[in-house]
This record gives sequence, C-alpha cells and structure tokens, in this order.
Amino acid sequence: MSQLHTVNKSPLERIALESAIKHAVKGNAILMIEDGVYGAMQGTQKSGMVTDAMGDISFYVMGPDLKARGIDEARIIDGINIIDYNGFVTLVTEHDVTQSWL
Amino acid sequence: MSDVKKFLYVNRKAPYGTIYALESLEVVLIGAAFEQDVALAFLDDGVFQLTKGQDTGEVGMKNFSPTYKALGDYDVNKIYVEKESLDARGLTLDDLLPLTYEDEDDDWAEKDSIKVVSAAEMAEIMEQSDVILSF
Amino acid sequence: MKISVMISEGPYTHQASDTAYHFTKAALEGGHEIFRVFFYHDGVNNGTRLATPPQDDRNIVNRWSELAAEHNLDLVLCVAAAQRRGIADPDEAKRNGKDADNIAPGFRISGLGQLIEAGIQSDRLVTFGD
Repeated sequence: MSQLHTVNKSPLERIALESAIKHAVKGNAILMIEDGVYGAMQGTQKSGMVTDAMGDISFYVMGPDLKARGIDEARIIDGINIIDYNGFVTLVTEHDVTQSWL
Repeated sequence: MSDVKKFLYVNRKAPYGTIYALESLEVVLIGAAFEQDVALAFLDDGVFQLTKGQDTGEVGMKNFSPTYKALGDYDVNKIYVEKESLDARGLTLDDLLPLTYEDEDDDWAEKDSIKVVSAAEMAEIMEQSDVILSF
Repeated sequence: MKISVMISEGPYTHQASDTAYHFTKAALEGGHEIFRVFFYHDGVNNGTRLATPPQDDRNIVNRWSELAAEHNLDLVLCVAAAQRRGIADPDEAKRNGKDADNIAPGFRISGLGQLIEAGIQSDRLVTFGD
C-alpha cells in the first residue's frame, strides 16, 4: 500500500500539513494544492518541517496554484516537484489511496 | 480478492462550529448497511467530537453526540482515537463518551469500541485502508 | 482506471470545486473513467441552475453541466445535504411541498449510499473540500 496525501491549507494558519507529515509513512507522497502551496515556499517558519521530512516522503506542489498566487518557482524548496492537473491524476493512479487533509 | 474494502472515516474537526462532524456521522450510519470493513479515526480537533457533557440547548443546534453511542448497534466498533491529539488538548480517555459494542464472537460480551492509538499506529491504520473518507 | 470524486464545498467561496473540476477533466482526458462525482456538505450548492456569476467570471455550475453532457458523467447531489440547503429537483420539490426546483442540468439527487458505492466500485476516491 502507498498513500497520496493532499494538503490544501497554508501551514502558517492550520496544522493540516504538519498532521499529514506526521501520518505519512516512508514512501508516501504529499501534494500541496490550493492554499496548501504556501507550504512549499523556502524561508517560511514552516519550511524546515518539509525539508526534514523529505528523506522519507516525496513532495509535490500544484504549479497552477503557485502561478495564481504569484509564487515564483525559484522560491520553492529544492526537491519539491512542481506538477499540473495531469500530474495530479498520475499521482492518484500511482498510489493505492488518496487522503485529503482538509 | 474479496469484495469487502477497508473504509476509514477520518474526523479531524470539532463539532458544532461546522457541520462536518454531524454529516460525517450520517455517512457512517448509511455506510454501515454496506457490510464493508469500517473503522473511524479521530485525531486533531476531531477528538472533541467524542467528549462527554455536550449540551446544545442554548445554541439551538441538535446534540448528535448520543448517536456515537449507537455505533456499536450498527457493527461499527473500531474507533481509533489518537493519543497525541488527546494529550495536546489536555484530554484523557475519561473525558470521552464510553462507546461499547456487544461481541457476537464472545458470547455478546460488552466491549469498548474506542482504542487509543499512537500517531505512528494511526499512520499504519491509514496506510492499511482501501478507502479514506475525510471530514 | 476507475476514479470517483467527492466535493464537500460549494462554488466560489472555496477553490475545492474548481480544483475538482480541473482534476476530473484531466482524468477524463487521460483516458480514465470517472465513475461518479458526489457532492456533499455545501458541495450540493454546485448543482443549482439559479447561479448567475458575473460575465467575466467562470460559471462553475455550467462547467459541471457541460462536462457531464460531454462525458456522460454521473453528478450526484446528496439528498439529505441538498434538502438542508434548499437544492431540489422536481420530484423533491413536489414531495416537500415547495413551489420551485432549482437543480442544474446533468445533476441528480440521490442518497449517501451512492458515495459508499462509489468507494466500493472505484479504484480511487479523491475528496476535495475545506
């Protein structure tokens, strides 16, 4: 089994990303969408939480949501993969279960 | 391959401020008729859904907490509550509704439905599920 | 692959319905089958034909109706959630003594069992909400 976790909340306001990271097991993926994409930015108070988890979990962020919010790709934490809706579908099919951290 | 899937209902929100807890419970009750392998997870603010002493009289909303006690009658008896979430909120098992079921494989002995699990155990329960419904 | 989608928020206030739409469209274009799109909680508000967004904004309701027509999608509004929020088809309106219905083309109203069935029948179930 392998899970895809989606997070759509800014980690600076809600604990969804923190909780998703805590409950992701080795080999899982976390996809940041909607306001969740702020979790992919370098240099925030919560960036360390993501970089610390990157060994065991792979991270993805929705490019269209980054663009909508004016977040330059250069500000994204190294190692986070930027994807589009097709990539989202691929992630869903590649993992056995999708869990949304609402 | 059997037709039975492992359904996990994940509850992470407190009751009353939003409708998610109540409408999640409605899904669980309907879903019980489908004879799937059902479990409920309560973590983060979701643990507040199970606290004793809820009285909604003055806010004019329906107090649905008694319904959790009926879950055992619907054969929903795997209720996982996360210890770290309880600790973070200053709660213990004593603060929660006593939820029980009658075990048909053990001469209908009354048993506790709630199992307090660690975050690591909760992660493994999630990992072993076939369908996760989040509320 | 057979995929189902649950949408738990209404249109416009939250991005959930937009993301779900783009996801569903991408899945269809990728050759996947969308078994069902189930609307729950305030998500049922995605199914009212009375929505009239400004001309320069996207029409979320029509977008779902058009996608349903194009791909023969099964768009299901939860009956209990719809009754609470005043979304009705002609049958529901009549049964509950209402003077009008408002369901948009391509949507239907049915029970929560449709969500559970989607979970059982589909290879994947993806939830969009708040």
